Amino acid sequence: MTITEKILATAAGKKFVEPGELIDAGVDLVLANDITAPIAIKEFNKIGAKGVFDKDKIALIPDHFVPQKDIKAAEQCKALKQFSKEHDLSLYFEVGRMGVEHALLPEQGLVVPGDCIIGADSHTCTYGALGAFSTGVGSTDAASAMATGRCWFKVPESMKFIYYGKLNKWVGGKDLILHTIGDIGVDGALYRAMEFDGEVITALPMYGRLTMCNMAIEAGGKSSIVVPDDITMEYIRGRAKRPYVFYASDKDSHYVEVREYDCSKIEPTVACPHLPSNTRAAKELSNISIDQVVIGSCTNGRLEDLREAAAVIKGRKVNSNLRMIVIPATQQIYKDAMNEGLLETFINAEAVVSTPTCGPCLGGYMGILAEGERALATTNRNFIGRMGHTGSEVYLANPAVAAATAVLGRIATPEELGL
Amino acid sequence: MLFNGRVWKFGRDIDTDAIIPARYLNTSDPEELARHVMEDADKDFPQKVKSGDIIVAAENFGCGSSREHAPIAIKAAGVSAVVAKSFARIFYRNAFNIGLPIFESTGAADGIKEGDVVEIDADKGVIKNKSTNEEFKAQPIPPFMQELISAGGLIEWTKKKINC
Repeated sequence: MTITEKILATAAGKKFVEPGELIDAGVDLVLANDITAPIAIKEFNKIGAKGVFDKDKIALIPDHFVPQKDIKAAEQCKALKQFSKEHDLSLYFEVGRMGVEHALLPEQGLVVPGDCIIGADSHTCTYGALGAFSTGVGSTDAASAMATGRCWFKVPESMKFIYYGKLNKWVGGKDLILHTIGDIGVDGALYRAMEFDGEVITALPMYGRLTMCNMAIEAGGKSSIVVPDDITMEYIRGRAKRPYVFYASDKDSHYVEVREYDCSKIEPTVACPHLPSNTRAAKELSNISIDQVVIGSCTNGRLEDLREAAAVIKGRKVNSNLRMIVIPATQQIYKDAMNEGLLETFINAEAVVSTPTCGPCLGGYMGILAEGERALATTNRNFIGRMGHTGSEVYLANPAVAAATAVLGRIATPEELGL
Repeated sequence: MLFNGRVWKFGRDIDTDAIIPARYLNTSDPEELARHVMEDADKDFPQKVKSGDIIVAAENFGCGSSREHAPIAIKAAGVSAVVAKSFARIFYRNAFNIGLPIFESTGAADGIKEGDVVEIDADKGVIKNKSTNEEFKAQPIPPFMQELISAGGLIEWTKKKINC
C-alpha cells in the first residue's frame, strides 16, 4: 500500500484498502473557518446531535475576514465563538491567538504524522507535508463529522512525483509546485493523492513541503503527501500535541502515474492570469508592470518565507509605482519576524505589515485590486477577480521573486538586483 | 426524477470564485448568494437565470475553494441541475450534500447549445436535448442519492433516516 492507503486503512479500522474502495473512517481533527463554520454550525444544529464527538478535535479558526472586516463578517465570527463556548471547544482561536489556519495548526503541533484530517477549506491538503492524510470538504461534511467524528471517503489513486537534480538559486517549494501544476494542469491530479518524492524533496525543509502540499488542490488533487523523515521529526519535536505514527509507502505500492522532474531545469516560476497552471519562467515576464505585491497566506506566509523576502528587499525601497503588503501567517511568526528584525526591514522598505489574515488572498479585504490593476502574490490562486475587480490580474510566485518585483515595480528575479 | 429547463453554457475550469466571489462570503444566506451567482463569469447571469434552468459546462466545473456557498448559490438561484464533462471533487461532494443534482456527460456538454431546452432523467441517466431530439448518456443517480436530493441534502436526509 502507499502511505495514503495505509493511513486511510488505519482510520477505517481495516488491514488493507485499495483505490476506489469506499470507506467510513474516523477523523483525528475537523477544521472550519469563519466562512465555512457558520454553515457547518447551522447544519450541525439541524442534525439534533446531543453534542460534538470530541471537544478537543474540532478546530474553529476565524482567519479569512479577521480582525472582523464588517458587520456581516463579525456576525459570522460571533457564531464560531458562541458555538465554541457552548460546546467547550478547546481549539477555538480568537484574534490575538489565531493565525492562517494551515500555518497555525502545524506550527502548534495540532496536526501530526499519520493523522486523518478533514477541513472545510480546500487547502486542508497542506498537512500532507507532515505525513498525514488531510483533505478539504464542504461545510455539510464538516458538520456531520463534528457530530460523529467520522467521514466517508473513496480511497484515491496515488500519483507519484519525483524531483531530482540540484535546485537552482532562488528556487523553492513554490516553484516546484507551480512547475508541476503547469505540467499536469488544474485537473491533472483530479480525485488523486499526490505523493512528492525524490532527492530534492528528501532535502526540502518543512516550510517548502508545506507550500507544495498546500497547492495540491490547485491541480485538482484530493490530498498530497510527503513520507515523513528526519526533517519531519525535527519539525514536530517539541510541538506535537498528540501521538503520531510515521507511515511509509511499500516498495511495491501501485501508482496510477509517475512523473519525474529534473530540478536543475526549473527556474523561479510565475503563474500568470487566470489559472495556477498558466506558468512561465519569471525572467520571461520582465515587461509586466505590477501595482501590488502581497507576501503571506497559507502558501507562503511562514517565517522562512518572510526571511527570503527580507533578504531581497533589505536596504532597498518598494518601487514608487507599487504597494507592498506583508502578512505573517500567525502571531508566532509575527513575533519571530519582529524579533529577527524582518518587520523593520519591510517597514524601512516602505511596505505595510498586517496582522495575520487570509484577507487579500481571496479578495476579502486588506489589499483589494481596482479595475486594471495587477498584483504579484505569494498566494495560491489567480482566478478572474480573485483579488478584487474582475478586470484585475493576479500573478503567483515565491517570496523572493515577490520582493524583487516590489523593488523594480515589474515582475523581476532577485538576480536582477545582483543577488 | 426529471429535470426540465433551458440551458446556460459555460466553458472549462469554472472556479468557485466565478460561481460566488469571496466578496459575498461574509454571509451564508442562500437568497443573497443567489443574487450574485456566476456574476464574475457572466455579470447578467443572476438576472437572466430562471427557475428550472440547467447549467452545462466543460471540464473541472467548481474547481478551487471548498465553499459550499457555490452549489448553494446555484441551487438558490433556481438552477435545477448542472451538467459538465467533469467536476472538481469538493464541488461534486458539496453539490449532492446540499441537494443540487449534477451529471457528468462529455457528450451532453459538447452537443448542447445555450438556449436549448433539455430534459434529464436521473433514473435512466439520459439527457435529452428537446431542441434537437438528441440524447446523451450520463451516470444515473441511484435511488438513495435521489432521496437525498429530494430531502434537500445530506443533513435533512440523515434526519429523516434517524426519525423513521
